[in-house]
Amino acid sequence: MTTRRRRFLAPYVLLAPGIAWLILFFVVPMYYLAVTSLQTGSLEVGYTFNWAWHNYREAITTYHTQFFRSIKYAGIATVLALLVSYPLAYWIAFRGGRWKNLFLLLVIAPFFITYLIRTLAWETILADSGPVVGFLRAIHVLGPDGRLLATSVAVICGITYNFLPFMVLPIYVSLEQFDERLLDAAHDLYASRMWSFLRVTLPMSLPGVFAGTLLTFIPAVGDFINAQLLGTPSQYMIGNVIQSKFLELTDYPEAAALSFLLMATILVIVLVYARLLGTERLSG
Amino acid sequence: MTAAAEAAAPLAVSRRRFGTFARRHVLTLFATLSLIYLFVPVAVVIAFSFNNPAGRFNYTWDSFTFQNWLHPFAVPGIQSALEISIEIALLSSLFATALGTLIALALTRYRFRVRSLVNTLIFIPMTTPEIVMGSSLLTLFLNRNIATGFTTILIAHIMFNISYVVVTVKARLAGFDRHLEEAAMDLGATPLVTFRRVTLPLIAPGVIAAGLLAFALSIDDFVITYFNAGATTTFPLFVWGAARVATPPQINVIGTMIFIVAVGGMIINLVWQNRRARRGM
Repeated sequence: MTTRRRRFLAPYVLLAPGIAWLILFFVVPMYYLAVTSLQTGSLEVGYTFNWAWHNYREAITTYHTQFFRSIKYAGIATVLALLVSYPLAYWIAFRGGRWKNLFLLLVIAPFFITYLIRTLAWETILADSGPVVGFLRAIHVLGPDGRLLATSVAVICGITYNFLPFMVLPIYVSLEQFDERLLDAAHDLYASRMWSFLRVTLPMSLPGVFAGTLLTFIPAVGDFINAQLLGTPSQYMIGNVIQSKFLELTDYPEAAALSFLLMATILVIVLVYARLLGTERLSG
Repeated sequence: MTAAAEAAAPLAVSRRRFGTFARRHVLTLFATLSLIYLFVPVAVVIAFSFNNPAGRFNYTWDSFTFQNWLHPFAVPGIQSALEISIEIALLSSLFATALGTLIALALTRYRFRVRSLVNTLIFIPMTTPEIVMGSSLLTLFLNRNIATGFTTILIAHIMFNISYVVVTVKARLAGFDRHLEEAAMDLGATPLVTFRRVTLPLIAPGVIAAGLLAFALSIDDFVITYFNAGATTTFPLFVWGAARVATPPQINVIGTMIFIVAVGGMIINLVWQNRRARRGM
């Protein structure tokens, strides 16, 4: 083989095994998800493919409450995560000095506690006899019998916490690449601190904010663990429905339809959001 | 100048000083509080690993004990669950790191036609909710009559880890000096020798970081595993099953152990990278 020929083929040889794996176990399953969502039947009699669009109609009419609730919870959690993450990422990027990497590690470290155990810890923290509820009762934010567990507050708290690194890291990366001389320039041109933040720093970090909010919102909207452990059935999200339909009720077609709708919903939200923010620099 | 104005001057100065002080420290205070917030659940998990709960649930503090740490596997099923988790995490991180590193190499050093398509294919799994990935894989296995179990969990974990490996290794390869490889080739090294003696040592920190990340993601994964586990029980699945009937403090002990190992690995890699950077590699 000539060197030129080898150079031409080399990338494909390197790509082949990994890409094949992704096609086989990520792309092909999406096809089967679509196929399953148009089947009818049950575990006993088997499932047959017959273009059963009514699965989708039923999914929407029966579970639109959970759909909207998922979007609402995930949306609120994303905003809260942004409010916590932006100042933190800003502080690490501009004040972290030589300890930047250590602080980043500190941000990621809590997420090496198994997800479920972490969420169970929130169950302890927000428990009726716990310090948070005690404090909130003392300052009369909560009534004497008020509680946090089994409310939407607890579920949103859990979601906010559990996806925080996905918000902090992209914002940090966008701020870290930022050339501080631009701020000096703004300062020389008599911009106030506030003004130069709003007109220079913030716009420069928008790609990070964009990526961070999406990377938080997307897993949050499909989550079911927080609602299951910190909430009750009246806080259940669409993930809880999909999970129980797939694994407990074996209503595969309806569950697949819901899964597909979830993906479509996310896609629509992402596209609208990208339009609004006017940035398409997703993968950086 | 009147006496009043003279008295007001230092006040103005101190007010301005307070402004600078606040600006400088409010942010630091906020960041410190955020970091504390991040670590509160960790502290709770670790503290409750020393709890001796009165009932079946480990939610309220009762009394201090070392027993859980002395007998971490005293709960039936917990040891095999942990072993399966470690086995899957090791295998999947190994495979995913190999496959992902090759993709990262192809993406950073060759121009080819389907490049943006490949980038998209790497990016999309990271932005797909786990429940969609987990359920779609299950429909594949159901439709093809493949029984779910250890192998299907492994397949799934390799799949979702590949993207993270590619992104991590790519970040490291971005600052890579191709001239070093060319120099080795000019000195008569074969491509394979060049890769082993020049390329691999240079990208090693990135590859190791990717491997550690893949290991951590795999051992922590619940949702995708839950859909494709069949009768196999990994550690997170064990916790899930336990959470409904009882939460033995041993769960916290093993959670803490995994935490220490994962964070320890990251710190060692970080220190090693810093050393190398200082030596100018």
